Amino acid sequence: MDFLLFGAFPYVALVMFLVGSIYRYKTGFKYSSLSSQFLETKKLFLSSVPFHVGILVVLLGHLVGFLFPSLFLSIGGESLVTFEIVALSFAFAAIVGLISLFIRRATSERLRMVTSKMDVLIELLLMAQFIIGIWIAVELRWGSTWYASNMTPYLQSIWTLTPDVAAISAMPLLIQLHIIGAFLIVFLIPFTRLVHFLVMPLHYITRPHQIVTWYWDKKKIRDVNTPWTITEPKNN
Amino acid sequence: MDVRSQMSMVFHLDKCLGCHTCTVACKNIWTDRKGAEYMWWNNVETKPGTGYPTKWEDQEIYKGGWEKSGSGIELRGAGKRKGLLNIFHNPNLPVIDDYYEPFTYKYLDLIESPLQDVQPVARPVSLITGKPIDIKMGPNWDDDLSGTPDFARKDPNLKNLSPAEQEAMFQLEKMALYYLPRICNHCLNPACVASCPSGAIYKRGEDGVVLIDQTKCRAWRMCVTACPYKKTYYNWSTGKSEKCLLCFPRIEAGIAPACMHSCVGRIRYLGVMLYDADMIEKAASSDDKDLINSHLNIYLDPHDPKVIAAAKANGVADSTIAAAQASPIYKFVKEWKIALPLHAEFRTLPNLFYVPPLLPVMASVSEQEKSSTPQLNPIAKNWDDKWLYDTSLDSIFGTIDDLRMPLKYMANMFSAGNEDLIADKLKKLMAIRIYRRHKTVGDISAEKSATALRNVNLTEAQAEAIYNLTSLAKFEERFVIPAAHREQAIEMIESTADVKGSTGFGFLAKPARGL
Repeated sequence: MDFLLFGAFPYVALVMFLVGSIYRYKTGFKYSSLSSQFLETKKLFLSSVPFHVGILVVLLGHLVGFLFPSLFLSIGGESLVTFEIVALSFAFAAIVGLISLFIRRATSERLRMVTSKMDVLIELLLMAQFIIGIWIAVELRWGSTWYASNMTPYLQSIWTLTPDVAAISAMPLLIQLHIIGAFLIVFLIPFTRLVHFLVMPLHYITRPHQIVTWYWDKKKIRDVNTPWTITEPKNN
Repeated sequence: MDVRSQMSMVFHLDKCLGCHTCTVACKNIWTDRKGAEYMWWNNVETKPGTGYPTKWEDQEIYKGGWEKSGSGIELRGAGKRKGLLNIFHNPNLPVIDDYYEPFTYKYLDLIESPLQDVQPVARPVSLITGKPIDIKMGPNWDDDLSGTPDFARKDPNLKNLSPAEQEAMFQLEKMALYYLPRICNHCLNPACVASCPSGAIYKRGEDGVVLIDQTKCRAWRMCVTACPYKKTYYNWSTGKSEKCLLCFPRIEAGIAPACMHSCVGRIRYLGVMLYDADMIEKAASSDDKDLINSHLNIYLDPHDPKVIAAAKANGVADSTIAAAQASPIYKFVKEWKIALPLHAEFRTLPNLFYVPPLLPVMASVSEQEKSSTPQLNPIAKNWDDKWLYDTSLDSIFGTIDDLRMPLKYMANMFSAGNEDLIADKLKKLMAIRIYRRHKTVGDISAEKSATALRNVNLTEAQAEAIYNLTSLAKFEERFVIPAAHREQAIEMIESTADVKGSTGFGFLAKPARGL
């Protein structure tokens, strides 16, 4: 059982995430953040902003702990307390945002029209994941330290295709739930609106403001020396 | 010199009768879909009025367009910094209530109603929730100055007018209105393109049409904020933004866009303008007072051999150059200089020009004369031009207070506040009227007609040409559209009728909302 959950399922989730996201991207139309701000804007500010900022920081923390565990291990003493409090407050921001996003959707007639079953499912999953995460942080103290020393090896073992199931079997139930939840969410990403994080518009920063698109090479096609029939028509 | 061609438009406002036929033609072809019901890619507004969405011209509210910043310009409410910071919640996004909640009526209730003593009623239902609603607003509820206290009085263009001037405008006897049909301006410096974080919006190089790539749009919704004309719309159902596409499947085939084709008043003109893309940035950043001049300077003379050579070098087709030479737009905007862009101060360099309306300005009422003398003998058609059409140029433009529609108001819309510029256009239009009246009715002397034309620097031949293109022009003269050399390719792949109801053309799968 443990092998299925911690040895096999992570791979199923990762493969589904990769294949599903790429397939959905290739088929085009359905990649969108599906913003509902157009139908309701007032309540969105105090829910969407804390949720997004919170989840981004928390995810970034998990990623840094995975990539540079020594960084986390070097934190000690008072700065460890400060670090955990800061991290926890972002998690709280996210869960508060998430809950008010949920209430916003549940109470607005218009928003119910643009809410799918998957939206509800993923929102409940994220909520559970955050509650468990916060619970772990409070209950099993100094998570940033043991995450770097105990969890990172497990995640790395998944990465190197030698999943260390035994290490996780010995972990408390809360942590096991958090791991299963995480991979479940990864599994579901291609089927939800979460895909929009994959198309974060970071390229906007470096792109020129204006975009002009030409169907064909505008000079080549009119060149008298190369009749345009030589240029292969691109759309049939 | 980087010469490109651009599909440009002129709307002659004196000819617009406010029938909304253009709007209906557009709606039937493009926006008759779920999530698009509230979109009016083409709409007709009554001026003075608040327009659609309500008060769209007031950028203090909507933060659209560009503003000067140092020597350059930046987007007022979007852009790289503001756009990405506000991506989780865009404070400048208009919401559905700024437009109206789309609705229909339960017509079936009328048919299925059982026999009863009272008349059955078709209740209005929301097209978003499907539940019965109280209709609060429609897309043109200020038509013909209806609800003037709520709508016309709140027109953002009244902001520089003194209370007395505003009061004068809305006196019952003086009330005047004109119509403002609007579509996407397909700007040279489009704010929507510049604001799109995903890079889904682009300007087509071949004809300058601005389009949204529906597969790239991720609903970051910055274009809705950035477009100062509020001509990009967010489809709340598909989670993608949409906008007027100048009926590109039609213009590629050399056919006029549906709104223009169906125009009853024949107010619309479409043609090619050659322009120098290198001049765009400088023109868009110029000072307020030079803005319109430097905008119009971007457009090049299609008869100039140097321009023709540069255009050919740039791959502009001969048929396009020929179309540019016959372009009605070039005549209105550059040759005769009687058309102006709408709200040039937004700095997007729009390609839709308006011939300002003369009638609401000219039809000044003089109460005393009206009551004391018979103005129009119904049999002899003797016109006393002193009360309805005062044909003496000096007195009409001498005192702005006498005009029913203050020049300042018109200047706020068409000339970035420059009253001389708009007066110049109106004088030209008046001079042509005087000239034609001399020709047809003959009660104005040849001398007066010649003086009027001389005052506005028009020759008789030009006046005749303006009259011809304004009043008599046939379809081929109003729409000079070169074939896009792509139409055969498109026709080979698909029938345009088969994809009616889809979001644009060329989808392999039916567009449906994402999970």
